[in-house]
Amino acid sequence: MPDRTPAPGGATAVLLLLADGRFPAGGHAHSGGAEAAVRAGRIRDQDDLAAFLTGRLHTTGLTAAALAAAATAAATDPDPDRLDDLDRAADARTPSPALRATSRRLGRQLLRAARAAWPHPALDRLADRHPRGAHHPVVLGTTAHAAGLTPAQAASLAAYESVNGPATACVRLLGLDPYRVAAVLARLAPELDAVTAEAVRAAEQGDLPAASAPLLDILAEQHSTWKVRLFAS
Amino acid sequence: MHRDHIGLDQAPARHTYTPPSARALRIGLGGPVGSGKTATVAALCRALRTELSLAVVTNDIYTTEDAEFLLRNAVLPPERITAVETGCCPHTAIRDDISANLEAVEDLEASLGPLDLILVESGGDNLTATFSRGLVDHQIFVIDVSGGDKIPRKGGPGVSASDLLVVNKTDLAPLVGADLTVMARDARHQRGDLPTVFTSLAAPGGVAPVADWVRARLDAWRRR
Ligand SMILES: Nc1nc2c(ncn2[C@@H]2O[C@H](COP(=O)(O)OP(=O)(O)OP(=O)(O)O)[C@@H](O)[C@H]2O)c(=O)[nH]1
Ligand SMILES: [Mg+2]
Repeated sequence: MPDRTPAPGGATAVLLLLADGRFPAGGHAHSGGAEAAVRAGRIRDQDDLAAFLTGRLHTTGLTAAALAAAATAAATDPDPDRLDDLDRAADARTPSPALRATSRRLGRQLLRAARAAWPHPALDRLADRHPRGAHHPVVLGTTAHAAGLTPAQAASLAAYESVNGPATACVRLLGLDPYRVAAVLARLAPELDAVTAEAVRAAEQGDLPAASAPLLDILAEQHSTWKVRLFAS
Repeated sequence: MHRDHIGLDQAPARHTYTPPSARALRIGLGGPVGSGKTATVAALCRALRTELSLAVVTNDIYTTEDAEFLLRNAVLPPERITAVETGCCPHTAIRDDISANLEAVEDLEASLGPLDLILVESGGDNLTATFSRGLVDHQIFVIDVSGGDKIPRKGGPGVSASDLLVVNKTDLAPLVGADLTVMARDARHQRGDLPTVFTSLAAPGGVAPVADWVRARLDAWRRR
């Protein structure tokens, strides 16, 4: 007999809600480095986009996913030190000041939506301790805990967001065929799951990855100085 | 699941964390590109800044031009003007995902102390763009005569449901052959009892009807 029981407490639907690009957490104004890569001529079509997203997934995507999984586990601890440690770990893994600021801004915006949707003392504590915003993966992991999700689901959300935002941005920036972009994302799905599993393993072992993409860091720094731009990052 | 014990009645209805008792009245200004939103904000600041403590949030699509215009014209000190980046979709930032704008509004209140009024200018968009009630208390929709006199007839949520409709650039009406009586009649038809004012910001004191409406809203806000 196939198992038709939904995850307990509607967790599947919660996961869908959090992953929905319409969830009001500020992401729509950010391109995840795609705008700068487009301007630099590094993304011109869906093949370039697929390569860009693959690179992003295996670098910042993996790191964010592991941080998010670790944060979900840490949020069960009433002592906030563990989340603060993870916030510092995120800082250490984000060399670009522009990307640090972006991550904290997105963290702050997600926290607002999360507190309205899943009120929880862990979210209040995070807001109190980081009034200017904690890093986005840390907030995402804490939100997952508040919403009754697992570390693996938090990691999966982080991995998905690392490619979904830039893909949407490229539809807007380059007028790429939206069906082809959807196909690019669909082809990436197995890799998303693999990265999620790797991130969860790393978080469980307390060995957070520090994968990064120097070009994304450099592009982000350049982008932050532009006078005219369509996305905030 | 461990969250089962929280009912919706126990969840905070608020998602903005400035104490409502203290916070400033928030008024949004929306409308098509170039209709005179920034000119109206600038004129309102000049008209009201001696009697009120004011701040402005601008939403530019891909520059900070509006904020820079306000700064250059010194309508308010720089710390009272914040620009929000909207990422291609100005209407999303004022309606569907208001997080960046709420943050800007709250940061202004936190850094400047108690304010009377915060004006939020939307990036120029189309006739369907409106503000979320979660972001502003009232909204002004600014159109102008230069697209001809058909805009009020076309309707749309901004024209038909905004708290105040401003038909700007009346000085240009003769030049573009726009009939203001037709615009007034169509606006009444679309809006019922909701107010409409006609302005020319090219003339001195041209913003007076808007400033008076803002003062009345502020009176009501203080008496609430
Ligand atoms: N003749 C005339 N020109 C006006 C009037 N009000 C504004 N303008 C001019 O119209 C142009 C656009 O005005 P803005 O205030 O920048 O318009 P906006 O709605 O803020 O534009 P965006 O933010 O770009 O959508 C400027 O050159 C203004 O000087 C008016 O009443 N009469
Ligand atoms: Mg403007």
